[in-house]
Amino acid sequence: MPPQINHSPSAESHAGQGSIWHHPAAGWFLAILPASVMIYLLGLTGRVAAGESLRLSLNWVPSLAVNFSFFVDGLSLLFALLITAIGALILIYASGYLAGHVLLGRFYFYLLLFMAAMLGVVLADNLITLFVFWELTSLSSYLLIGFDHQREEARKAALQALLVTGGGGLALLAGLLLLGNIGGSFELSELLQRGDLVRGHALYLPLLLLVLAGAFTKSAQVPFHFWLPNAMEAPAPVSAYLHSATMVKAGIYLLARLSPVLGGTEAWHYLVTLAGAATMLGGAMLAFPQTDLKKILAYTTVSTLGALTLLLGINTTLAAKAAMVFLIVHSLYKGALFMIAGAVDHEAGTRDLRELSGLRRFMPLTTLAATLAALSMAGLPPMLGFIGKELLYEAKLEAPRAAFWITSAGVLANVLMVAIAALVLLRPFFGRKTAMPQTPHEAPMTLWLGPVTLALLGLIIGLAPDTTAQYFIATAVSAVRAEATEVKLALWHGLNPVLALSVFTVACGLLAYFFRRFVQRAVHPLFLLARVGPQQWYEWFLQGLSGVAQWQTRLLQSGYLRSYLLMIILTTIGLTGYALVSRAALPLLPSLPVAQSYEWLIAAIMLASAVAIVRSSSRLAAVAALGVIGFSIALLFVLYGAPDLAMTQFAIETLSVIIFVLVLYKLPRFATFSRPSARLRDALVALAAGGLMTLLVLAVTAAPLRSRLTGFFAENSLPAANGRNIVNVILVDFRGLDTLGEITVLAVAAIGVYALLKLRLAEKKEK
Amino acid sequence: MIMPSLILSIAVRSLLPLLLLFSVFLLIRGHNEPGGGFVGGLVAAAAFALYAIAEGVEKVRQTLRVDPRVLIGAGLLVALSSGLLSLLQGQPFMTGLWYKQAVPVLGKLGTPVLFDTGVYLVVVGIILTIILTLAEE
Repeated sequence: MPPQINHSPSAESHAGQGSIWHHPAAGWFLAILPASVMIYLLGLTGRVAAGESLRLSLNWVPSLAVNFSFFVDGLSLLFALLITAIGALILIYASGYLAGHVLLGRFYFYLLLFMAAMLGVVLADNLITLFVFWELTSLSSYLLIGFDHQREEARKAALQALLVTGGGGLALLAGLLLLGNIGGSFELSELLQRGDLVRGHALYLPLLLLVLAGAFTKSAQVPFHFWLPNAMEAPAPVSAYLHSATMVKAGIYLLARLSPVLGGTEAWHYLVTLAGAATMLGGAMLAFPQTDLKKILAYTTVSTLGALTLLLGINTTLAAKAAMVFLIVHSLYKGALFMIAGAVDHEAGTRDLRELSGLRRFMPLTTLAATLAALSMAGLPPMLGFIGKELLYEAKLEAPRAAFWITSAGVLANVLMVAIAALVLLRPFFGRKTAMPQTPHEAPMTLWLGPVTLALLGLIIGLAPDTTAQYFIATAVSAVRAEATEVKLALWHGLNPVLALSVFTVACGLLAYFFRRFVQRAVHPLFLLARVGPQQWYEWFLQGLSGVAQWQTRLLQSGYLRSYLLMIILTTIGLTGYALVSRAALPLLPSLPVAQSYEWLIAAIMLASAVAIVRSSSRLAAVAALGVIGFSIALLFVLYGAPDLAMTQFAIETLSVIIFVLVLYKLPRFATFSRPSARLRDALVALAAGGLMTLLVLAVTAAPLRSRLTGFFAENSLPAANGRNIVNVILVDFRGLDTLGEITVLAVAAIGVYALLKLRLAEKKEK
Repeated sequence: MIMPSLILSIAVRSLLPLLLLFSVFLLIRGHNEPGGGFVGGLVAAAAFALYAIAEGVEKVRQTLRVDPRVLIGAGLLVALSSGLLSLLQGQPFMTGLWYKQAVPVLGKLGTPVLFDTGVYLVVVGIILTIILTLAEE
């Protein structure tokens, strides 16, 4: 075995090794987890094939009809098997690819999290459960794509993937809520039978658009495709997994899953087919001129996802069949090719196609896997890819609408696919031996096991497709079409138009490969277009967002207490004033309330103190005058028979005067007074606030008090809570939870005050 | 920080125990008469603040023996545990549980009284944390 190379050039790579996760067997050990899930799922195949669908449901938030429920039918079973089978191989691969990486343990954790989230998406029965797992895949892929967090590009790509798919996720949530409400159930297994109800509803189109926004962002359809090629900043195991079995297929899964409910309409057909076709062509054209192996593969994934979407848009049984077969085909070859790209990078030190040549001599097993995978990608017999492509053409030829255009687009995309398969395979593996940054060796077993297994599976299923067709594809198609469907697959279809198209495709593809410079020049305008395309919109959007954030932060969070107060008071005046004016009928001439002479006296004292505060040129005097107002209010409480409030008010006033004095003690003397203009502004704000409060009190007291709570508390205080003091009983019993929250908030605030003060003290000491 | 005053110092020494006793009195009677954990805590804090003004922060810390921040945490724990006790009895969180017989001097005892005690401790802890930190320097 050759010496292991650290993939990440990070400074921490050599530190902290030797945890159990760095044991060579750790990856194998962890792979047991998905493998056993896979075996369990395989055990269900017979029952699912017999038409049973298996449900499991736990109450979660029953009052909102949210259940933690799962169900297994053909479609979810197919996806779950891909996720677990490829997941197990990826774990083994990762143990070799990232051997010695200091954060290997964390990587395993993220990967398993991702796997579990994907399984949750495809097995979920409840729409909300599905959404939670859906967002979990966004989150965990964020962690995975940004795994090399020291590199800025990795962080940026991770954020981009999160923002795009997360934003789509929010749209999806809205769509799912609409769907659940219109369909009358949040359980998919029930909704699947209510397609007509949903399609006939007035809100069908918005619902469809929202769901499609979720699916298209996740599965990188135009114009949301740009995040996927960037996501190859992730380590190779992640790319392989992301592209082959998981996240990007989640959108496809959703489209397939919901096609019995949402599909079959004009809107569905045009939206899904057009997005799919644009993505299929755009992805293939953008892939062709790339030189980075991973980037090429990433763009071809975009293209394939487009093809799958296109098929689901056509929405015939034949198209569903083609989609399911093509899904398996793509998972097998793309998983293999990405792992191979990683292994080549690992061994030869580069992924640049211009530098790679003649790897066959050094890496025979990897070359074998690459050959089989590339053949499958090009759609050549006897690989499963051939069957997939034949079905693809058949479905497109028999599409109910625009068959000619759809087929032409498909042929063009497939021609490019053939050329790209040749590009990826021929020179790097079979070209002349040249010097590469490192002299390559055959990769260790962990690195070739996955690609070889997946590539061989593509060959074996291609040669003997019957079992797969009967147990996995037929059940999946039945689920997508919501009716029992038989599926027979065969390599040889006889001489027919489809075969002619295949031959034509391969011939053109090889031509395109040999005249690749010409083709590259032909698709060049697309790159110019891409420069002002969605990627650029995304950048502009981010810049605009941070611009707005800066502007409003400068405006609202200036750091000066006085401007915060101003903002708070102005907002209150604005909102409360608006509500008051628009909702309540104000008495034009409020009658002056009748008051006792001592009440007038107290009011006069308060007014005098207020004037004193404003006119005072000493802080201490102002605080004392403020205290007078507080005590006067407490006095009013006493007079109106609220001893609890009065007592509290007295204590609070006393303590706030003490605290004020302690603070003032530390402040410098007034150096400057505020400008007259600022004082005028403050006076206006203060008058407005005071006027508003006065009006508010008048409005409230004008309406007769009707509180059903007063009676309830008065009646139940003693019998239910053993207390005669209603105020206290409310605080500690009826609304005890509120009080618990309040004292927690107070405690947190006190810790904040303490930290701020200590910080100041520490600064002073330093000086 | 503040000029020592003999009169204030003597007065506070006799007032402090009285004020503290009063604050506990407020706490206990709160369920039936005006009072309660919040006011009780404020009164206790005010008593200690007075003591700090008269004798200095160090003296207060010595008398208290625990850091006021510990009081905050302890208070939150006490309040929370009073709610958890009802869970142990198989009742919803924060259901009031009462001891049937009245205890001399203290009156009827139940988890709301315990909860109020938690509030009392939190309030004393918060205000003393702020005042003592401000007064120190």
